[in-house]
Amino acid sequence: MTDTTDRPTPPPAMEFETYRAPRNQWWDVWDQFKTHKGALFGLGFFIFALLFVYLGPLVWRIDPQFIDIRARNSGPTWAHPMGTDQLGRDTMARMMAGGQTSIAVGLTAMALALFLGSLIGVMAGYFKKLDGLLMRTTDLFLAMPLLPLLLVTIMLFRDPLRASFGPEGGIFILIVVMIGVTSWMQTARVVRAEVLALKEREFVLAARSIGTPSHRMITRHLLPNVMSPIMVSATLGIANAIITESALSFLGLGFPSDFPTWGRLLFDATDWLTQNPERVIWPGLAISLTVLSVNYIGDGLRDALDPRIRGR
Amino acid sequence: MFDAKTAKKLVEVRDLKMHFPIRSGLLRRVTGAVKAVDGVSFDIFEGETLGLVGESGCGKSTCGRAVLRLYEPTSGSIKLDGEEIATAPFDKLRRLRPKMQMVFQDPQASLNPRMTVAGIIGEPLMEHTKLSEKERLDRIYQLMDAVGLNRDFANRYPHEFSGGQRQRIGIARALALNPKFIVCDEPIAALDVSIQAQVVNLLEELQDEFGLTYLFISHDLSMVRHIADRVAVMYLGKVVELGARDVLYDAPLHPYTEALLSAVPEPDPVSHDEANRIILQGDVPSPANPPQGCNFCTRCPKVMAICRQIDPEFREVKPGRFVACHLYNETRPETAGNAAQPTEA
Repeated sequence: MTDTTDRPTPPPAMEFETYRAPRNQWWDVWDQFKTHKGALFGLGFFIFALLFVYLGPLVWRIDPQFIDIRARNSGPTWAHPMGTDQLGRDTMARMMAGGQTSIAVGLTAMALALFLGSLIGVMAGYFKKLDGLLMRTTDLFLAMPLLPLLLVTIMLFRDPLRASFGPEGGIFILIVVMIGVTSWMQTARVVRAEVLALKEREFVLAARSIGTPSHRMITRHLLPNVMSPIMVSATLGIANAIITESALSFLGLGFPSDFPTWGRLLFDATDWLTQNPERVIWPGLAISLTVLSVNYIGDGLRDALDPRIRGR
Repeated sequence: MFDAKTAKKLVEVRDLKMHFPIRSGLLRRVTGAVKAVDGVSFDIFEGETLGLVGESGCGKSTCGRAVLRLYEPTSGSIKLDGEEIATAPFDKLRRLRPKMQMVFQDPQASLNPRMTVAGIIGEPLMEHTKLSEKERLDRIYQLMDAVGLNRDFANRYPHEFSGGQRQRIGIARALALNPKFIVCDEPIAALDVSIQAQVVNLLEELQDEFGLTYLFISHDLSMVRHIADRVAVMYLGKVVELGARDVLYDAPLHPYTEALLSAVPEPDPVSHDEANRIILQGDVPSPANPPQGCNFCTRCPKVMAICRQIDPEFREVKPGRFVACHLYNETRPETAGNAAQPTEA
């Protein structure tokens, strides 16, 4: 959290602390995190989801693009535990491949949005001169109709990016950047408001009386104290990114139609809702549970990072 | 006891002004200024404690912060050990920071809630020294010993402490770089009485041990009488009287000092009831719009005609005794008839 108290980590065993060994505060954070049951379940499920989508294909070796037209529209069987789609492609293999894209898009887009939002929020809150300009930019982004903007950008940049990074890589970069660039505004506003309040606190004045330069003031005193709203934005941001990606795929503007993502699977399955309802249930469940688990992790982390709540 | 004349001047403040602009209207134009500190001059000698007293809102804290240049002063000069602070560029100021430190009023607000005690006390060391981690920890423990904190507390967070302990953490942080000059901005105002004594005694012990110089800002007159060597009295952004503690408390010159001192409660109930208190009428004028002439003329019991026109100069009337009042002009004019009489309590 801060670089001031990071000391050599004592052995991880929770031994009796002597005053000689101030331990790394991340151990306190972990101790507190462990007491949050929801967060532990969330972490457990998220790790499970990651293992499923990234290590699953090593075990379940059916190609998600393999078409077995004779097995089409089948329900769960031993050969296809999650059934198949209208072309006979295995749903479980497609869930794994789709999850890789969806989780990667969610995490990277969230990280980008969070980075932009925190940077702009802190700059606007801390440096009075930048405030007007940055906040008007934020308002501009908030006022822009996002969907037409996305459509235009994707039309404009899809082909050049595809040419330079390959069809999937190009679209991935485009989608992540577009989602990141259009969803940092809430974070920026919340962070700016917190920073404005924090910089009038006496401990910031105390740091100034020590002669702490601005960049260390921000990293040491302001950022750790705006952790809570950033954490909340982060967890909501992942959900938002996965859902926006689904919406784009739904509109046919995301990844190519044969490239599975959870949103794409959901979209394709809606036509077969009455015949094969489980084809909607699997990706829907995966999206909801991943988002839920990330929210719980964020909740637990936020509590664990606040020393005032820690130890209760 | 007043041998300060021979001592070296550590801090010289000359005509310090700190005006906060008032902006109004659609274009946020500057339409006026809150004159929180309006032309303050004083010296602090090495090793002494200068008490700065005055009522709420008179600019004591602003003055203390401006002296350390936590605010950008509007004008004036501040010299610490002969080096100019008021206009120093950032790099030079950063180099001077270790010499001057501050103890804050609210020990809760002045400690970062997300840092451990070791982190808080170690911050100035990280900024200004190149100690290894182990040396730094040793120094932190040394400081914690000096202010009477258990070494076991190094890994705890500010919210786990009582007010007095938090103030000790703040003092340890101020001491970390061996400063010469410490501004104590009402360090005891947020503490209860039993803890006040502990903290003040700690400050005195540390002064003896490390040869510190204090600017002790307080509204608690008895506490200032206890700790200060010389006392400056502020009213509405100006120092109205400055003198050695005993002389000033025994024979105040400025009518405001008189009124202020007469408000100190007496421990003896009989003399408390019989005390002739000077009750000032009216409110303190707004620092954005101070009266013409002397700032105190609207409430002064001894007001004269000249007070409403000319701002009295802050002059040395006796050796080491400064006062800003027309009563002590060389040619003393008669007291005007429209003076409010001191009210009997």
